[in-house]
Amino acid sequence: MKARGARALLLPTWAVLGVFFLAPLALMLAVSFRQRGVYGGLRAVTDLAAYLRSGAWLANYIRSVSPIYLSIGWRSLWMAVLTTVLCLLISYPVAWWIAVRAPRRWKNLLLGLVVVPFWTSFLIRTYAWMFILRGQGLLNAVLLGSGVIHRPLELLYTPFAVMIGLVYGELPFMILPLYASLEKLDRTLLEAAADLGAGRAAVFRRVTVPLTMPGIVAGVVLVFIPSLGQFVVSDLLGGAKSMLLGNLIQNQFAVARNQPFGAALAFELTAAVLLLLLAYALYMKRKGEEVLL
Amino acid sequence: MTRDPDGGLRIGSPWPRRLLVSHGVLVYLFLYLPVAVLVVFSFNAARQTAVWSGFTLDWYRRLLRDDGLLDAVRNSLEVAAVTTGVATVLGTLAALALGRSPAGFRGQRATQALLMLPVVIPEIVLGAALVTFFGVSRLRLSLATVIIAHVVFSISYVAIVVRARLAGLDPALEEAARDLGAGPFDTFRRVTLPLLLPGVVASALLVFTLSIDDYVITSFVAGVGATTLPLHIYSMLKVGVTPEVNAVSTLLLAVTIVLIVVAQRLLQEDRRTT
Repeated sequence: MKARGARALLLPTWAVLGVFFLAPLALMLAVSFRQRGVYGGLRAVTDLAAYLRSGAWLANYIRSVSPIYLSIGWRSLWMAVLTTVLCLLISYPVAWWIAVRAPRRWKNLLLGLVVVPFWTSFLIRTYAWMFILRGQGLLNAVLLGSGVIHRPLELLYTPFAVMIGLVYGELPFMILPLYASLEKLDRTLLEAAADLGAGRAAVFRRVTVPLTMPGIVAGVVLVFIPSLGQFVVSDLLGGAKSMLLGNLIQNQFAVARNQPFGAALAFELTAAVLLLLLAYALYMKRKGEEVLL
Repeated sequence: MTRDPDGGLRIGSPWPRRLLVSHGVLVYLFLYLPVAVLVVFSFNAARQTAVWSGFTLDWYRRLLRDDGLLDAVRNSLEVAAVTTGVATVLGTLAALALGRSPAGFRGQRATQALLMLPVVIPEIVLGAALVTFFGVSRLRLSLATVIIAHVVFSISYVAIVVRARLAGLDPALEEAARDLGAGPFDTFRRVTLPLLLPGVVASALLVFTLSIDDYVITSFVAGVGATTLPLHIYSMLKVGVTPEVNAVSTLLLAVTIVLIVVAQRLLQEDRRTT
């Protein structure tokens, strides 16, 4: 195919993504420097030079690092880090099991069973935990019925519930890339290490982990990014104290009607994500791996 | 060297076999049990408690009388159908352009990066950017804005899936067709497209499920009267956990899981035949 032909085929995609993806992102950045009008919307800027001099264009960004919002940012960061670490610890042995140890005829089934939740409704998967964790929920019913507890536990609307929901939602995104890289792992190298006298732990730490690092990094990126911008899980399973960055952003658009502030927060999130992706792309390039997310 | 009963070499597994298997089983239970519970209790007769008190289809019958819900289902089907049509065509064309221009062309890498972005950027950012854009350009929020948003994030998925399929095609087949005198258009229509079709259909099914399931982005760009099924379910959840929610969730799960399994089958056929 000639380059001209390729460009013609890409034209509609470029048009759609240019107008409805890149332009909105650029516009969001522009709006983040404006001020909220009295009735929502944007306050008009009559004198651009004066506006720039006054420093008001940075007001939303300055506000975003005030203690109250900063603490929400920290909490989101920690929740995302914790989610990522838990997902990694839970997923690695599972991925190992599917890729290396499970009987061959089961492999496709086991893998398929990870892929299905990957595509099914995140909302319903989160709701399932509401149903299980609430005061009159299944877990309390079981615990009360078996006499382990005498009063229902308060599980729903806690940080604990949010953590479960996040790990539950993101787990498949960690298992799949880990599986992909364990599947490619050249096992003769592990045998060589073992023959040379390395114990199980040493082989794992010094051969397996370094060789599957691209999969680990991909999984970390794939889990960390969505956890950072999450708002459905914290909205449904978390209480008032579990507000995360995602809830804050969503609030500015849906409730507070402060689009400029919401745009500034969303842009900060975007910048953080893009930096992370850039680092990821550079890392994969150095490793000679295909950047595939 | 020791051999496992199942014939695999015992190589540097950091975990004893039993621990590995029981951990694996627990993780699969963790993935599926909550959803299974939901499904089971959608047939539970009791309204308030999570204690089983007999089988009923009442909650499903109630759904059929819920006009708001039926409207939401209609809206979701309309959005998903249009999104699937548009995104499948555009994404397939993009995949062909990226996968079948051997020399490469200027902007190829930029295009690949551009196609990656909507997938990896947090959904909330896309929703926020689009609602800002629609606000400034004075487009009234409606089903149309929902469709636009869904097309934006769906094109990438189609392009990625179809391109993977294209990469697995043997170029010799197309060369043979051309050697036998077929023009570029005939080669595409009678060789490339039929071979590509399972991948295209699979990606269409996946996009349909993504669209019909999407809550986050839709919640930003859906105007009054453009309530989709996930938005409706969300508003039901906010009022409280009810058996009706279990029932509607079960139906949505059933539909999407069937679509996903069919899509996976198609993609696996792919691997076997090429």
